[in-house]
Amino acid sequence: MTTAVPAINRAAGAGRRTREILEGRPLDGPIIDMRDLRRDFTVRSPARRLRRSKRTVHAVDGLTFAMPTGSAIGYIGANGAGKSTTIKMITGILVPSSGAVRTCGLDPIHHRRQLARRIGVVFGQRTQLWWDLPLRESFRTLAAIHRLPEATWLKRRDELVDRLDLGTFVDTPVRQLSLGQRIRGEIAAALLHSPPLLILDEPTIGLDVLSKERLRLFLTEQRDLHGTSLLLTTHDMDDVQRLTERVIVVDHGRMVYDGDLPGLVGRVGAQRMMVLDLVEPSAPLSDVPDAELVGVEAEGLRQRLSFSPEQTTAAAVLAAVGERTEVRDLSIEEPDIEDVVRRLYLSTTPPRDAGT
Amino acid sequence: MADRLRPYRVLLGSRIRSQTAYRRSFAMDVLGSMSIGVLEFAEVYVIFANVDVLGELDFAAAALLFAVANIAFSLADLVIGHIDAIPTYLREGTLDAFLLRPLPVLAQLVTSDISLRRLGRTAIGGAVLAVALPLNEIAWSPAKVLLLVTAIVAGAAIFAALFVCAAAIQFWLVEGSEFANSFTYGGSYAAEYPASVFALPVRILFAFVVPAAFVAYLPTLALLDIPGPPGLPSWLGWCGPLMAVAIWAVALLGWRAGLRHYTGAGS
Repeated sequence: MTTAVPAINRAAGAGRRTREILEGRPLDGPIIDMRDLRRDFTVRSPARRLRRSKRTVHAVDGLTFAMPTGSAIGYIGANGAGKSTTIKMITGILVPSSGAVRTCGLDPIHHRRQLARRIGVVFGQRTQLWWDLPLRESFRTLAAIHRLPEATWLKRRDELVDRLDLGTFVDTPVRQLSLGQRIRGEIAAALLHSPPLLILDEPTIGLDVLSKERLRLFLTEQRDLHGTSLLLTTHDMDDVQRLTERVIVVDHGRMVYDGDLPGLVGRVGAQRMMVLDLVEPSAPLSDVPDAELVGVEAEGLRQRLSFSPEQTTAAAVLAAVGERTEVRDLSIEEPDIEDVVRRLYLSTTPPRDAGT
Repeated sequence: MADRLRPYRVLLGSRIRSQTAYRRSFAMDVLGSMSIGVLEFAEVYVIFANVDVLGELDFAAAALLFAVANIAFSLADLVIGHIDAIPTYLREGTLDAFLLRPLPVLAQLVTSDISLRRLGRTAIGGAVLAVALPLNEIAWSPAKVLLLVTAIVAGAAIFAALFVCAAAIQFWLVEGSEFANSFTYGGSYAAEYPASVFALPVRILFAFVVPAAFVAYLPTLALLDIPGPPGLPSWLGWCGPLMAVAIWAVALLGWRAGLRHYTGAGS
C-alpha cells in the first residue's frame, strides 16, 4: 500500500494540472478547505400543552481540515456523527451555522451553480436519476443541464458505459434496475461532466461483494486516469482501505482522528469479534484468557468475545471456550466502524470522563 | 436565448415523452380532467337556471367569465401545478438533487413535470368561450381583442404566481398543502364567479390580496362595458398584466426566502 500511494498521487497531479489550466483556476490549494465549521439544529419535542421544549443539537461541532487536490479521504463515523451534514455544507445544500468552507475555491452557498459544474455527488440512499427514464435519456438530459458540448459528453458517456459495464441496461427505465445497477448509473451520472471532485455518501451500502469490488476498481481507475479527488463516507472498512490514503473519523460532530488507516488500526487495536452459538444457555464466558466478553444474547445461547490477533489466536480462544461449554456454530467478524469509533473514543478520553 | 433555454427544452421533452408513452391511461387522465371542467360549468348553469342576473352578469356574461377563468387556471395548472407537491420533493430529496445542478431551483422544479392531462380542462374552457362570445353583445375593437388575450395570459400568470406563493409557504409549513391549496384552488373558484356577489371585505381580498378578480371578472366587465361594483371600477380590467407582475414579484421573493429557510434549517 505504501508504494502504491505515491504512484497514484503522481498520476493524479498530472491530470489535475491539465484540467486546471483549462479552467483557469490556481494550480495549487486544497479542493476542500474548512475552518471551524459548525452546524446546529433545533429539535422541538412534541407539544406539552402550552410549552414546547427546544433543544439544540450540534450536528457538526467545529471541524477544520483541508483536502489537497487529487487526494482521497475516507470520512467515517457512526450513524448521526455528522457526516451527511458536513457533505451538505460542502456541496451548498446547507448553510453552516458558523465557520467557513470553500469547495473548489468557491463559497458553496453563494456560488452554488458554478460549484455544481465542478463536483459530482452520489447519495447512496437517494436517487438523483429520473426514475421513469432509461440511463441513456438521463445522460442526455444531464448533458443538456450542464451544457456539455456534444463531442465531449458522448465520448465521456461511452467511456463510463464501458468502464462501469452499463451496456446491458442502459436502455431500461431506472425504476426497473437492481440496486447495484442503479448505483453504477448514479456514479456515471455524477461523473458525466468530468468533475475534479467526486463526493460519495455510502456508495456501497447494500451492494453484494462482487458489485462492491467492481465499483472500487472503477473508482481507482478514474483517479489514476483523471486525477479526480475523492471524498467518501462509508461504513465499510474495506472501502476505506482500498480507495483512500487518509481517514478522518468524526464523532458527535467533532474530529476524533485524522491520519492513515494503519495509524487508526494501531490506535484502536485490530480487534476481532467471535460470535458463538452455544448448544444450550450457558453462564457468561467472562473468564476466557486474552478475550473480552462484549455481549450475551438469548439468555446465554449467543455470546460475543472480542480478542486481539496479536495476543492470541482464534483457535486458542475456541479451545478455552470448549472447556467451559459446547459450541454449535461460530463466526468471526471484522471490526465495524461503530466499534472502531467506540474504541477510539475510549482511547482518547481521559479515564475520569469515561464513566459519564 | 435559444441556447440558454436548451436544458429546459430537453427536461420538458423527456417529461412529455414519458407521459404520452401510455396512451390509454393518458386518454383517461384527459377525460377525467375534462369532466372536472364540465362539472364546474354545470354548477354555473344551475345557478343561472334559477336567477336571471347575478352580480350584474347574466348567463352569457357568466359563461364568458367562467371560460376566461377556466382557461387561465388550467394553463397555469398545466405548466406549474405540480409544484404543490413540494413536500414530496422535500421528503424524497429531489430538492437536494436540484441544488446539486447548475440551474435555478425554481426553473428546475417547474420543468420537472408538465401535466398535459390538464389540457382537457383547457379544452372545456375553450368550448365554453366559443359559445359565450357570440351570446354576448360586445362592441368589438382591436383594443377589446387585445384585452381578451391579455386577460387569459395575465390570468394564467397570476395563477402561476399563486402556485409559487403556495409552494413557498410550504417550506415553513411542511404538511401545509391544504392551507396552500386554499390560495390556488380557492383563488380559481373565486375567479369563476362575479366578485360583486361577495361582501366588500371578501371582494377586496379576492381583488388585491389573492388577485382572482383580475383574472376574469374585471376583464369581463371591461369587455362588456359594465361599470363595476363599489371598490372595483371596471377600468381595473385592463390592469391584469400589472397585477401579474406585482404578484410574481411577491412570489419570487417568497420563494427565495423559502429556499433560504430550507438551506438554513436543513431537512
